[in-house]
Order: sequence, then C-alpha cells, then structure tokens
Amino acid sequence: MIEILGVSHAISGRPILSDVTLRLPSGGVTALIGPNGAGKSTLLSLMARLQKLQAGRISFDGLDVTRTPTDRLALKLAILRQDTVFGARLTLRDLVEFGRYPHHRGRPGSGDRAKVEQALALFGLHDLGDRYADEVSGGQRQRALVAMTFAQETDYLLLDEPLNNLDMAHARHLMRTLREVADRHGRTVVVVIHEVNYAAAHADRIVALKEGRLAFEGAPAEVLTEERLGALYGTPVPVRQVDGRPVALHYG
Amino acid sequence: MAGPAVPDKRLATLLVLLLALCAAFLTLGARGDWGFVLAWRGTRLAALLVVGAAIATATVLFQTVSGNRILTPSVMGFDALFVLLQTGLVFALGGVGAAALPALLRFGLEFGLLMGAALLLFGTLLGSARQDLHRMVLTGLILGVLFRSLSGFLQRLIDPNDFVVAQASSFASFGAIDSQLLALAAFLSAAAGLGAWRMRHRLDVLALGRDPAIGLGLDHARSVLLVLVLVAALVSASTALVGPVTFFGLLVTALADRLMRTHRHALLLPAAALIAGIALVGGQLVVERLLGLTATLGVVVEFLGGLAFLVLVLRERAR
Repeated sequence: MIEILGVSHAISGRPILSDVTLRLPSGGVTALIGPNGAGKSTLLSLMARLQKLQAGRISFDGLDVTRTPTDRLALKLAILRQDTVFGARLTLRDLVEFGRYPHHRGRPGSGDRAKVEQALALFGLHDLGDRYADEVSGGQRQRALVAMTFAQETDYLLLDEPLNNLDMAHARHLMRTLREVADRHGRTVVVVIHEVNYAAAHADRIVALKEGRLAFEGAPAEVLTEERLGALYGTPVPVRQVDGRPVALHYG
Repeated sequence: MAGPAVPDKRLATLLVLLLALCAAFLTLGARGDWGFVLAWRGTRLAALLVVGAAIATATVLFQTVSGNRILTPSVMGFDALFVLLQTGLVFALGGVGAAALPALLRFGLEFGLLMGAALLLFGTLLGSARQDLHRMVLTGLILGVLFRSLSGFLQRLIDPNDFVVAQASSFASFGAIDSQLLALAAFLSAAAGLGAWRMRHRLDVLALGRDPAIGLGLDHARSVLLVLVLVAALVSASTALVGPVTFFGLLVTALADRLMRTHRHALLLPAAALIAGIALVGGQLVVERLLGLTATLGVVVEFLGGLAFLVLVLRERAR
C-alpha cells in the first residue's frame, strides 16, 4: 500500500501541494489526473524521493521514503519522469539493462539478461534491442523507458505522462501493456494521464488533483461524471456512456 | 552494461600504439650514455603519461556528472582556480617563503584549497543548474576569467622575484619536470584513477542524469561530490606538473567518444587515458624530432583542442 499523509509542498513560497492525504492499495492501475499545474508531477517526484519532502509522510508498504536508504527504495519502486532524454550512445537494450542496476550494481548475471529480454519482449521491442535510442521513433523510445522501469522488478511503478507525444496506436499499446503489468505481473502502476478517456478505459482507480489538493478519487465509472470533470478542469465536459464506460467528449 | 569478458580490440590497438610511441620517445636519436638518456627521457615520458591520463580521466568524469560533452574542468575554470591558489600562496608567503615550503606540503596545501573551493563552487552549480547548460557554460567562463584576472592582479602586486616564481606555474610547459613533484602527481593520479575505475558502473548510471540515477538507487548528491573530489585531485596533479591546459581534455574525450561509441565507462576511461598518452607522447616526438623544437607541445595541443571545441559547439547548435 502507498500511504501519503498530509503532504504539502511549496516552491519559493508558492504552494504546489496542500495537505494531500491518500491511500492507494497494492495492485491495479491508478491514474492521476487533473489540470496543468495541479501538482501531479510534483506528487510523483515526492513519492519517488526525487525531491525532498517538506511536510507530511510518504511510505510504500511501510517503507518511509525519507528514511529508507535510496538503494533499498530502488528495489521497491521505479520512476519514469516526463520527457526523459538520454545520450545518443545507448541502445534500447542498454536502456532496459539499466533497470537491472539496483539488483546487480554493475555486474549483471544471466538472470539479469533474461529479465532484460523478457521486458523487451513484453513491450514489443525484441527486434529493436540493438537500435540506438535516437534511431527509433518517439513511441518506441518511450516504450523502452517504461520497459526499463518494468525490468527494475519493483512492486510499484510510477510513470509521469508516459503517453505524452504518442499517437493513438502507441498510446493504446502502452496502456494495454501497463494493464498486463498490473494483472499478470502483480505490480502496482501509478500513472499520470492527461487524456481522461485513457484513464477511463484502462485504470482501476482515478485520483484527481486540483490546485494542489485532492479533488476526488474512486473507480472511473463512479467519479468520471460531467459535474466532477467540469469542476476539475474548469470547462464543461459532456460525458456519455459508451459500452458501459464513461467517455468524455471534450473536443468540440 | 553487459561487458565482454575479452579486452576490447580497440583498446588493445591503442595500447600497442602508445607503447610503440613510448619506445620511440625513449630511443630515437639518442647518443651517448644510455643510462643518462633513459633516465632523462624516462622522467619526461612519465610526466607526459601521468598528465595525459589525469586530464583525460578528469574530463571524462566531469562530463559525466555535468551531463554534457562540451564542459571540461578547464573550461569551467578548475585549473585557473589552481593557478590562482598557487599565486595566492606566493602572495601570502612571498616567493622565498613559498619556494622554501617542502614540495609535499606546498602541493598538499594547494590541493586541499582547490578541493574545498571546487566543492563549494561546482558542487552547488552541478546540483542546481545542471539542466541549464547555458548558465553552466557562462558561469564557468566567467569564473575562469575571474580566476585568471585575480591571478594576474596578484602577480602585479608582488615583487618581481616572487613574480617569477608565480609566473612559472601559470603557463603550460611540458619542458622541465620536477621529479619529486612527478612522484607526487603520479601517486595522486593513480589513486584518483583507481577511484574512478572502481566507480565505473556507478558512472554509467550517473551519466543518465540526476532523476534516473536516483530512481536506480544511487545516492546522487554523494556520488557527484565524490566525483568532484576525484576531479580536483586529478586537476591538481596535472596542473601542478605542467600548468593549465585548457582544451586538451576536450579533444581527448571527443576522440574517445568517437572511437568507442559507448556509454560504458569501463571502456571510455581507459580509451581516453590511452588516447591522451598517444597525443602527448606522439606530439612531443613530432615537436622534438620533426619540428626541431620550433613549436611547443602546449601550443600544438591547445590549437587542436580548441578546434575540437569549436567543432563540438557548432555541431551541438546544428542539432
């Protein structure tokens, strides 16, 4: 279980998060939604100890992120930040291999290599392992980055807008793979998503943030309503039921 | 990261080339007493190798933690700072006083000061501004100019005799080598080199950047600090020995990057050190045997390195 207790965060006096308390059970896919500047990315980087916690507490299965040694945490949770870019000298296999680093500290064994291949295959990259990261499409690179966090074999995966800049085929493929990661591999996936319809289609839980506060949380069918989405994004959002699933019609 | 068990072929080729150049350097055109020739040339050869390896390693390390291929310790003003400290020491103690200090103590003092100053300046800079390349480069250039001007200012204040002592240490010179200093620099470089080698896997991860490195369980702040200590040690060693060399490190790491086409420091570190040795020993050979000492190695090396710097900057912009 992820426990977020009374977390507040300010950057040069401006509040980003205000007293956020949230408990996420293990397993499944949780989508973090909300308008730009709601504090989603900040919350994710605080959870992943990329920024220092100013107030409150965050723990994963009882491991407090401020007190647990960082190498121990690397075996508990993996993070992929938005717009991660790496140098040109890395193949996709190199990238995914880095996910094994917390386990072998630079001396990979045959087990590590097998897990890298498994991750490449799961994300549909087995043919592309030897390609350099700057030779493949954005979608393939993004998949390799998510595969790297998967290869880290942590209970928790935190992904910040992995769908950014992906076309619908790549986005759907990635969301389905994340679903598989949760269902077949028993991992807990927390993913920041801008497009609520992907959250509606693939997530078990929605957590909505607005202006640094928790707006609402719950199952997609319950919380993705016209009133709630309209209030969250500050613009009318018609919602229709299609095949028993809420679909936001926010394009017109 | 999955390394081949066999030593890399390219590294072996570089090693053979370096050994051949060393043999040529020691024996070519030698006349008279072999014992004397070998001892005299051996000292200078050792200095070239130590300086090359130190600059190469320091540059690779610095580029890894700064996350880009244009910055080097010298571009960021590391060795200008060392010269400033040397001058400051002469200023504070007087030329006679500074010269009277045992070499070990004097070097230790300068090294300690550089370490402290470097950690203070670059530790904070790398922590906060790494994402902002322009700020880094500008800060480095400004600091470099500041350190050089301050050195110049101090040199004007001290009396002419002290000036000679200070002046000698502010230009790159591969000529006369103090053998006591050489032993010290060699020891320091070897220790720092060993430290870098032991960190090679961690360096691979550090090169990914702060957030991914933390995500993979690295204590990022501590690792960067450790790397900066190693860089300070290597820069102290090479600058104390031959003075500041601005663009050489850049040339060497650019070539190593080209040749090895890898992110793995297990290959990059030795490749850069070997290439640096080849460039310095080969360059000195050419200067001595072909050009008949009409040019100095320092000038040649800086010229080529400066060209490499320009090419890298222009290509970076084109991208």
